[in-house]
Amino acid sequence: MKTKGTVTGIVSNLVTVEVDGPVAENEICYIDLQGVKMMAEVIKVNGKNASVQVFESTRGLRCGDAVEFEGRMLEATLGPGLLSSVYDGLQNNLATMEEVFLQRGEYTDPLDHSKLWDFTPIAKPGDKVIAADWLAEVKEGWLPHKIMVPFSFKGEFTVKSIKEAGQYNIDTEIAVLVNEEGEEVPVTMTQKWPVKVAVRNYREKPRPDRIMETGVRVIDTLNPIAEGGTGFIPGPFGCGKTVLQHAIAKQGDADVIVMAACGERANEVVEIFTEFPELIDPHTGRHLMERTTIICNTSNMPVAAREASVYTAMTICEYYRAMGLKCLLLADSTSRWAQALREMSNRMEELPGADAFPVDLSAIISNFYARAGMVILNNGERGAITFIGTVSPAGGNLKEPVTESTKKAARCFYALEQNRADQKRYPAVGPLESYSKYLEYPEIIDYLDNTIEKGWVEKVMKAKNIIRRGKESAEQINILGDDGVPMSYHISFWKSELVDFVILQQDAFDSIDALCPLERQQYMLDLVLGICEKDFDFEDFEACRNFFKNLINELRQMNYSPYKSEQFYAYNESVNKMIA
Amino acid sequence: MANKAYQKIYTKLDGITKATVSLRAKGVSNDELAVVGGKLAQVVRTKGDVVTLQVFSGTEGIPTNAEVIFLGEPPTLKVSGQLAGRFFDAYGHPIDGGPEIEGEERQIGGPSVNPYKRRQPSELIPTGIAGIDLNNTLVSGQKIPFFADPDQPYNQVMADVALRADVDKIILGGMGLTNDDYLMFRHSFESAGALEKIISFVNTTENPPVERLLVPDMALTAAEYFAVEKNEKVLVLLTDMTLYADALSIVSNRMDQIPSKDSMPGSLYSDLAKIYEKAVQLPTGGSITIIAVTTLNDGDITHAIPDNTGYITEGQLFLRADSDTGKVIIDPFRSLSRLKQLVQGKKTREDHSQVMNASVRLYADAQNAKTKLENGFDLSDYDHRCLDYAKDYARDLLAIDVNITITEMLDRAWKLFGKYFTPAETGIKQALIDKYWVK
Repeated sequence: MKTKGTVTGIVSNLVTVEVDGPVAENEICYIDLQGVKMMAEVIKVNGKNASVQVFESTRGLRCGDAVEFEGRMLEATLGPGLLSSVYDGLQNNLATMEEVFLQRGEYTDPLDHSKLWDFTPIAKPGDKVIAADWLAEVKEGWLPHKIMVPFSFKGEFTVKSIKEAGQYNIDTEIAVLVNEEGEEVPVTMTQKWPVKVAVRNYREKPRPDRIMETGVRVIDTLNPIAEGGTGFIPGPFGCGKTVLQHAIAKQGDADVIVMAACGERANEVVEIFTEFPELIDPHTGRHLMERTTIICNTSNMPVAAREASVYTAMTICEYYRAMGLKCLLLADSTSRWAQALREMSNRMEELPGADAFPVDLSAIISNFYARAGMVILNNGERGAITFIGTVSPAGGNLKEPVTESTKKAARCFYALEQNRADQKRYPAVGPLESYSKYLEYPEIIDYLDNTIEKGWVEKVMKAKNIIRRGKESAEQINILGDDGVPMSYHISFWKSELVDFVILQQDAFDSIDALCPLERQQYMLDLVLGICEKDFDFEDFEACRNFFKNLINELRQMNYSPYKSEQFYAYNESVNKMIA
Repeated sequence: MANKAYQKIYTKLDGITKATVSLRAKGVSNDELAVVGGKLAQVVRTKGDVVTLQVFSGTEGIPTNAEVIFLGEPPTLKVSGQLAGRFFDAYGHPIDGGPEIEGEERQIGGPSVNPYKRRQPSELIPTGIAGIDLNNTLVSGQKIPFFADPDQPYNQVMADVALRADVDKIILGGMGLTNDDYLMFRHSFESAGALEKIISFVNTTENPPVERLLVPDMALTAAEYFAVEKNEKVLVLLTDMTLYADALSIVSNRMDQIPSKDSMPGSLYSDLAKIYEKAVQLPTGGSITIIAVTTLNDGDITHAIPDNTGYITEGQLFLRADSDTGKVIIDPFRSLSRLKQLVQGKKTREDHSQVMNASVRLYADAQNAKTKLENGFDLSDYDHRCLDYAKDYARDLLAIDVNITITEMLDRAWKLFGKYFTPAETGIKQALIDKYWVK
């Protein structure tokens, strides 16, 4: 029997409910507001009183209104058809809602029940299977979508029967399994999983051992992110967080991309709806939207669902990872999620931590980041979730709780800098403050040695060092004046400008420069380092400046030219002449 | 808010703060309105049978035995075509001496548009001000604030922008407007002969601060009526959002909530986003564009109010006094319109974005030259030309008193390029140089 309750207190979307039976932390309940059922989640229990956060506006709610508990946590529905869908934070399908305005209590089905899928069985009757083992495959776009033994199944099962190849909808009973007690359990193409619980149906989670290509030089060359790695992008507003994230979403080498727009601008999501269906995935030549799921809980949508949105997104990634696919999860912005936690903690009158955030913020963030990772599945295949979150630090100050907590959890740090953005040096990723811990992993160093060239990481460090020295020289020049320093300072400064303009900066809006494959990144870095290793001498600092300005211009033209085209080599030739 | 046949009247208040009262009452719904000792109030918290009400006009003079009547409904606004041309207070009552509005009663602060139903903004809103049209082009469905110090003429600029913009309705939400500025708006609207397309909801400094909390929702409820029902292009002006946020902090403080940064409530981001995100391009052609004002304390944008605003809005326009020309200009470096690329070169001439970038870059070179000059270093010939160009550029294009078409702005910029620079120094694409260069 379901536990029931009545509303006893309301502050904004925090509601207290007196209950008549057992309730669980994070259990879902529905509050009946004059016939409209509003979803809510238990966040604290004290005696007979449960505090619940309501995923809708509580306007008009009264003390005494009825509440019914569901006996389950917030769940995601998993099955074919998730890709190219647009969901809100609770996985309601936004595309199938009819009204222009979001209606309170309107919950739509995440998956299409009538669509028929091309089904091919993998398992045979008699096979012994456990949770997450592959039973069958359907074609979702170009992706082989595995139908798995539901993650929640415990123990070993024997396949009693399985459907033959054909076209079925998601509700078709595609297999019957028999458990250890001899009971028959039917399986369809869908399953449900509580979003706040990590899916752990894999054999092991080794350290990441290869990088995920993004086509963005400042990431791939200087601070690469591992496949199955974690990273975050903090930056003040107007520094290009969204442009950088969209670039990664468009170009990232992944089978599945899940974008969680968490508490951000609605027009940015509209941009994704409008542009992605037109864009082509550079790795497969298919439409980008075919591999993308959007979870959008924009800043004006109910605050409590913001938190749910990132968990829903992660659960969808875990589902695809269990099929042996490479997933990329982008969450913009995790600060908005943290703020939602803060609002709730504040209403519950909990003792606050720094900046009024809840004291367990750091633990919540690191638990979430820990759900990413590369895994070896039970059948030996590998799957991965690479996670990149953005952080919107208040006042652009990185010494704030969300940035600091995330720094502890994420392995890559891409600091967007206001002054680089002001100078239009995009992407405004600060070259010295940013880091990738993966460059210290022996596995990754080996991988780069083998796939790019032996000693690659040393080259990357060299490039970083040129920038560091250039910055020191620039400071001296600013203090002592152009004439007050030896020529070597000017040369060292301009060498760092060369690396900055040619390697770090990249035009995300140029059709050629936006995407720079690894091979091309290697070519350009070799070329630039080759120049930087040369000794130069000039009459005066004007001559030095002019020489490097012209050189930079030629090299940038190379970046704008198709790789290895005639034009590309012509500019290359002219560079060679200049430095001869 | 019709009176019911039977209404329970409560006469015992348990607690009173400057902004809230609390009492024991049953069957009260969240967000509903009540009248406390003749003053309008709204339910903000219920705990068992203890109800906390936020009294909009302040609790001064309310005794513990004041009459409390619950109205059973959240704040509403009657919407119809009759709104046009009228001035209202924060509660939606006429303050222009005209009759009450007849129309459909709507709850203010209603639901959000399904993001999937939105369209990408794509219509240019020309203002005649080059600092905006040329460098930070506005698009219908956009939300953008002016960041300005209190001594700058932001309200005047906003009135000019509104009157020049090609829109069907202009809705002014005035929060903590000085009486003088209120009369200025009224006068500008009247003398422009545009009164029939203007609707104003005004809370002046003479009115209690908490009343301001109703103003944006009133203005936006009216805007949604015209944009959704009538498919009109609506421009909403909100001034001053800093004072709105101040009122939020007053209420949260009185409710004993723990403040976050700059003593603002922890929900500031969501509170502001709820307002700004009402800006929308609807699939049926109607749109709501929001231009707001956020006053700054000595240019400090790291304060919680401008900082949260910047993360929500699609850019910001900075006003600054220019020392070279003595005029107020739109700062080309710190201003940004995030949607400009949706219209530049698409709804305007092909050379728009290149001319914009070149003119700002050359202006930046002038700033560098200035720094060199101040530090006592020698200036090159190029530096001198940049400095001269900067003066002309600020006067002819950045100043807020400029009022010309975008094509004229582009022509003016080309003229300045031709006067001071060689084509190569502008870095503009050769094809455009061939077509537009002025010798």
